[in-house]
Parts: sequence; C-alpha cells; structure tokens
Amino acid sequence: MTNSAKFDTWIYPTKRGLYCAAGDFYIDPSQPVERAVITHGHSDHARAGHGRVLATPETIAIMQIRLGKTCAGALQSQGYGSVLQIGDADVSLHPAGHILGSAQILVRHRGQRAVVSGDYKRRFDPTCAPFEPVPADLFVTEATFGLPVFRHEPDASETAKLLEVQRASPGRTILIGVYGLGKCQRLILLLRQAGYDRPIWLHGALVAMCDLYQTLGIDLGPLAPVAAATSTLAGEIVLCPPSALADRWSRRLADPVTGFASGWMRVRARARQRGVELPLVISDHADWPELVTTIAETAAEEIWVTHGREDALVHQIGLMGRRGRALAMVGRDEEAE
Amino acid sequence: MKAFAQLLDRLSYTPGRNAKLALMTRYFQTAPDPDRGWALAALTGTLPFKAPMRRILLELMEKRLDAVLYRLSRDYVGDTAETVALAWPEPLHPAEPPRLADVVTALRTASKAEIAGLIETWLDGLDATGRWALLKFITGALRVGVSARLAKTALAALRDCDPDEIEEIWHGLSPPYGALFGWLEGCAPRPDVTGSPVFRPLMLAHPLEEADFAGLDLDAFAVEWKWDGVRVQIAGGGDHVRLYSRTGDDISAAFPELVAPFRFEGVLDGELLVMRDGVVAPFNDLQQRLNRKTVTRRTLEQFPAHVRLYDSLVLGDADLRALPFAERRLMLERWYSDMQPPRMDLSELVVCNSMDDLAEIWRKTRAAEMEGLMLKRRSSPYLAGRPKGHWYKWKREALTIDCVLMYAQRGSGKRSSYYSDLTFGLWREPTGGTPELVPVGKAYSGFNDAELIELDRWIRQNTVETFGPVRSVSAGLVLEIAFDAAQRSSRHKSGVAMRFPRVHRIRWDKPAHEADRLPTLEKVITGVDQPVIEP
Ligand SMILES: [Zn+2]
Ligand SMILES: [Zn+2]
Repeated sequence: MTNSAKFDTWIYPTKRGLYCAAGDFYIDPSQPVERAVITHGHSDHARAGHGRVLATPETIAIMQIRLGKTCAGALQSQGYGSVLQIGDADVSLHPAGHILGSAQILVRHRGQRAVVSGDYKRRFDPTCAPFEPVPADLFVTEATFGLPVFRHEPDASETAKLLEVQRASPGRTILIGVYGLGKCQRLILLLRQAGYDRPIWLHGALVAMCDLYQTLGIDLGPLAPVAAATSTLAGEIVLCPPSALADRWSRRLADPVTGFASGWMRVRARARQRGVELPLVISDHADWPELVTTIAETAAEEIWVTHGREDALVHQIGLMGRRGRALAMVGRDEEAE
Repeated sequence: MKAFAQLLDRLSYTPGRNAKLALMTRYFQTAPDPDRGWALAALTGTLPFKAPMRRILLELMEKRLDAVLYRLSRDYVGDTAETVALAWPEPLHPAEPPRLADVVTALRTASKAEIAGLIETWLDGLDATGRWALLKFITGALRVGVSARLAKTALAALRDCDPDEIEEIWHGLSPPYGALFGWLEGCAPRPDVTGSPVFRPLMLAHPLEEADFAGLDLDAFAVEWKWDGVRVQIAGGGDHVRLYSRTGDDISAAFPELVAPFRFEGVLDGELLVMRDGVVAPFNDLQQRLNRKTVTRRTLEQFPAHVRLYDSLVLGDADLRALPFAERRLMLERWYSDMQPPRMDLSELVVCNSMDDLAEIWRKTRAAEMEGLMLKRRSSPYLAGRPKGHWYKWKREALTIDCVLMYAQRGSGKRSSYYSDLTFGLWREPTGGTPELVPVGKAYSGFNDAELIELDRWIRQNTVETFGPVRSVSAGLVLEIAFDAAQRSSRHKSGVAMRFPRVHRIRWDKPAHEADRLPTLEKVITGVDQPVIEP
C-alpha cells in the first residue's frame, strides 16, 4: 500500500477528464484529445474527434455505429485481460458488467495499480460479460445511485410486473422508455428469459443498435419497427427512447400504459415527474449495496468518485476507514439511465 | 398486507379514474374481512388512530443508518415514510408480514412506548413496497389520488348499486365496516342507521341554458339567491349534530360554533357563510375557515360562521325527500320559527313577476355580491345527484379579460402528450421600463379537441425554453379568459388571484401587445385573499 499523494504524480483529474501522465493518455475525456482510452460506448463517455482511441472491440463497433466509421484518427481494439504498454504505463481492460463491451481500465505504474471503473454493475446481465473485481490501490468509481435508498429490485420481479400489466391490459399498448444502448437490449433479453416470445416493437431510434447486438451474436428474438405496424399495437410491448414517451409519436398507439426502465424509478417522485404509470427498477448502474461491496472488494485505500451523488458515497467511504475524494467530473450525463 | 400494498402502489401510479376504480373494486372483492374494511377506512380517512410517526421513524432509523446518509436520502426522496421504506435494511431473518387488521388491533391497544417496537417488527417482515404502504397506512395520509367518494364508488360495484346508497348510511357506520360488506355482498340486510346524524347525498342544479330560459314557466318555480358561500348539510340525531361538505366529508370539527349550541333531529340543506352583524362577508373571509382540521379562538372571532338554510330533507323521524319543494319549504319555515336555531337563518325567496323582472334582478347580482340566482321547481322532490329539469343555477355573468399565453404544461391521462395546462399573464408597465408579462392564472379547460390540437402545435412551434414537462413560449398568443371574480393574493406574483378562470376564446387574430394590462384586472378586485396568521 502506498500513500495517496503518490497517485497525483502520474494520474489526476483535468478539465478534459481523467489524465494518465505516465502514459500521456486520457480516460473517457469530455473533449477531443490526442490519445484516449474509452471505458464504454455511452455518449457521455465515448466522444468523437480523438487522435487515437483504445477500447474493447465491442465498444469500437458501438462507437462506429453511433459516431461514424471515422470518429477517431485511429481505433485500436484490445480484448479483456491483455496488456498494452503505453509510455510508462501498463494498460489492461477488464469487464465492468455495465453494457456490451464495457471495461474497467487497470493502469499499472511503478508498482501502483489504479482501476478506473467507468460505469459498472454487479448483477447478472445476459448482454455482457460480468464485472470482474480487480485489486487496486486507487479505485475510481461512479456514484450515479450513491444513496442508501437506491437498492434495485431483482430483475425477474420487475419483468414479471411488466408482463402482468401486459396480460391485464389487452386493449392497451405497453410502451416502455429505455436507454437505447444497453438497457433496451437487456430488457428484451429479460423478457425472452421470462418466456415472452412475441415480436417486440421498436421506435426507429432503437433499431440500429439492436441490429448491431444481433450481428455481434446476441440473439434478441423477433423484433419489428413501429413504423411497419399496421395496427395501433394494442396488447403489444413497444420500446422507445425515454424522450418519446410523452411525445406526439406515441399518439399512434392504443391508449398506452407508459413505463420506464431505470434505476431512478425506485423513487416515486421521479416516476411521477415523468408521468410514468409502470415504473420498472431495472438499472445498468451499481446500486448502493453494490457500490459499497465493490469498494470493499477492491481493497483500495483511496477511492475517487467521478459522478453522481458523490457527497453521500464519499461520506460512506470515510465511514469505511478509507480516503474518498469527489472529482466532480464534468460532462457526465447521469440522468440518462 | 401484500394485497393492500400492491393496491396502494398501483393506485399511486395510475392516473385514470376508471383504472383506479377497477383496482379498488378488485381489491374489495378479493381481500378478506376485516382487512378490506381497514383498507376502506384508510382510503376514506376514517382510521381511528394517529401515531407521532416522524419522531418514531427517526429513532428507528438512527439505529440503522448513519445520520448524514439519512439526511441526504431524505432530502433526495422528499418524503419521510418513503425514505424509511427504501433505506430500511433487509433483515437477515425476515419476520412474518403483518395483516392489516393485526396492525390496527396492535396500535389501538399499545402504549406509546410500545409503538416503535411494533413498527420495527412489521418493517422487518415486509419488502420495500410493503414498508411504504404500512407507513402510509399508519400515518393515515395515503396521497394516492383517491377521494372518499371514489373509494365508495368502487365499493358500490360490489352490489352494482349507486354510491349514493352507501353515502346514505356511511356516517352511521364505523370501520372495519363488516355490516356494510355483508350487505353489499347480499348476505346481510342493509345496516340500520336510524337516529344517527348521517349525510344524505345532495341534489344539485344544472346551469340555466338559453334554451331552458325560453321555455321556462316562471310560476312553476321558486327563485332564490345563489349565495357566494359553500354548500353544506347539517344533520342532527341522538346526541350529535354534524356538518357535512357537499361531498359528505364531516367538517364539524372546524365549525364548533355551528354544531355545539343545539340539538335537533333532522337533515337540513344550506349555505355556509361568514357573517358579521347580519352582513354576509366576502367569499375570501369564508376561505379562512375552509380546509382546516381545527380552529383557533381568534379565527372563530374574526370569521364567525353562519348557515343560511334553504331546504329540509328530514325533520324528526319523517323523511321529507319525496315531498314537493314547496311543502318542504313550508316545513322548514315552521321548524325554523319553532327552534330559532343560533347562527342560522332562512334564505329568502326572491319575488319576481315576469321573465323581464327575473332578468333584471339577475343583471344586478354582481353588484349585490351574489353569485347568481337559483330556480327550483316547486313540485320537485329532493333527488340525489343532478337530475334534469328540476333545479337551475343562473350564475352571474362571467368577467372576461385578454391575457397572453406564457407557459404550457403537459396534461395528465389521455392528455399527457398534449400541452393543455396553460399559464397566462397580463402586461405590466414599470414606469420608464419596457412592458413585461406577469402570470395571473392557469386554465385547463374551455377549448375543444380540435382547438387543443391547434394549441399544442402552436406551443411546440413557439417554445423558448423547456424545463421538465413545462414549456415557456414566446409572447404571441392571446387567450380571452372568462372568470368569476378576482381577489387580492399575496401568494401570486401579480398580487391578484382569479376564481374559476377558463379559456373563453382563443384570439388567434389579436396581436399580443394589444392584450390587457394588469390594472384592468385590479379594477375588478373584490375582497382580499390573505392567509390568516395564527397566533
Ligand atoms: Zn454508461
Ligand atoms: Zn456514465
């Protein structure tokens, strides 16, 4: 174990994001930089315009779909576990369990281990590799759901609730708002696992990413675009981006029951604010117990908190006898979950 | 508890009235006695206990969660019961979930010191939704968008009867309502509530339309003033007198001066007013007495309540409702002169000999601070609900003013994808400054579906800024707003509050800068809407 001032000599937060001076690269920078290592494909982590990008093959495929084939000068893929030396740093990627291709970034420098986890979760997700605990001296964590009130329900009980409402409302469309990358595909697979084998209808904005998942070997079952529907889709399940829930777009559907799959749905005021009738607590982020367990497991003496409810988590880290520090990272969109 | 928790959970998220009714009816049909009776008590606000929950919950949480983490959580969630329900640690060895009836029995017999321990054990036996429902149940404030009337309507479906049939006996019953469920399900006779002061569903009036006016036979009608107060029913029976709101809520506790001083057997219909030295005070004064659970001595003195009677439904043991209005009125007059009840008088009948006469009186109602006129058919029995052709209300003419649309919010239910909740303002011209709009009111109605679509389109095309479900729009659309009255208000930025505002016409043609100025509205202000400062 080392003393904390030492980390600051080779890795530290900057206006553009977390910077590793030992290897002269940024992790998930918020502005274009010469060299970036990207944890995962969500738009607040993966941006266009960098000189060189290192990420998992899946993250690169996702970036190319979202940002275009030429979204960076050079795209270099690296599978989980293998090590690349960049300057004076050894960099390896390890599953974060957040979405397809998501990685924690382990940077080793002169015997010190820093793990930058990006976004992560600990529970089973059929669309991606499970989180792998990586021992660290410095652990950089998110805190999207960094309050003790956030304990995500078991996925199976949430999908059961969805299917129960669907069975009980034959005349109405079940319209669920989902984040287009990760949540959408995970909810589809959760429904498949619960035995739902009817076509699932998609808002146009969700189609390309689902196609990519299918190409990458994740079987989502029968899908159909809403634009191709010849009825009002009464009794069917339709997925759309959250912004489309109360949009004019939804007027074509049969008196929709509006749902939203998100960790925020744990809190009633948040669900009501969105006018959600069917809140589903399904999240791709760690809930409070997962955050606390993970911090304990990494055995890091120092923990940096990038974004979310950092005040509560930093306080908790103190209660655990470790050093916590809030980085107040700019440009992270924690609401989009 | 599980079924009740599920019911509350679904109700809290379900916007539609019919969907809420279906959820409740299903629960009442399937839940066992006496649990469903206690659930009904919670939904209608008749639970017989109150625990000082805030302090108890804080004590229980202290043992389980760091104080800083609790405070941050509470700030985020915004509701103590919900925060505790969500943050309560899942026990290693869950206890048995309690039954609703067990919770009631235990709370009624427990000493103050025992309550915390009971709640602790119950919380350990429930999941997050169950914990939330339990705490809402114990605090008695459910806040799931269900009125007592809606709960009774759901209940009436058990017997396929009118909810008014339940209303008639409701106040003679007490939770857990075993006899009521027995009757609704056809296995017991209708509960007998003779002699107790029960609420009787009110007879309501239709607005007088032009078509009605033309064919009106004035001789067949009695004419009364429409007082600018609140409709109430006063019921006496046994040793009690009670005051009910028009929806059947017992508001006696807030009006001790009306129910305490005398005893009588019967049910009377009248208008609640504030009256000083025989003069009716403006409606704003009455507002200081409404929506309060209790009342202070000072408020009693400042805003003395009074009931102006206009009908009798029951007198002694005689139900008069089948009799014609004219006969009921005579019996009311006789009862009044016999009893001379304090703080009550009779609503006078307005004498008028011709339709012209009537119209002339109506035109003067605003100046006389009356809300308008009532026309009651002399031969009509007292019929619950809003039967056609018996009673008419002829409200004083609405005031109108041209306002400018400022903000729009999405509606609820079927209107959730339309911007249908409109905030509008008037121009204010600071001396030497440029004119600015100040919001003066909100309207949700007064336009048809076609106009709603037009409005929605205009709002989307003229949005300046969006915050959550609200859009602010550029000053470009004039709404002619009709309203009943204006009063001073310290709660509004403009200093003025409107009563019953609705969109009268959408003035697509009128340029926004030609809309009215705030002083135009200030000129029609009557009375002051100011909260009383309690000592
Ligand atoms: Zn993410
Ligand atoms: Zn993120």
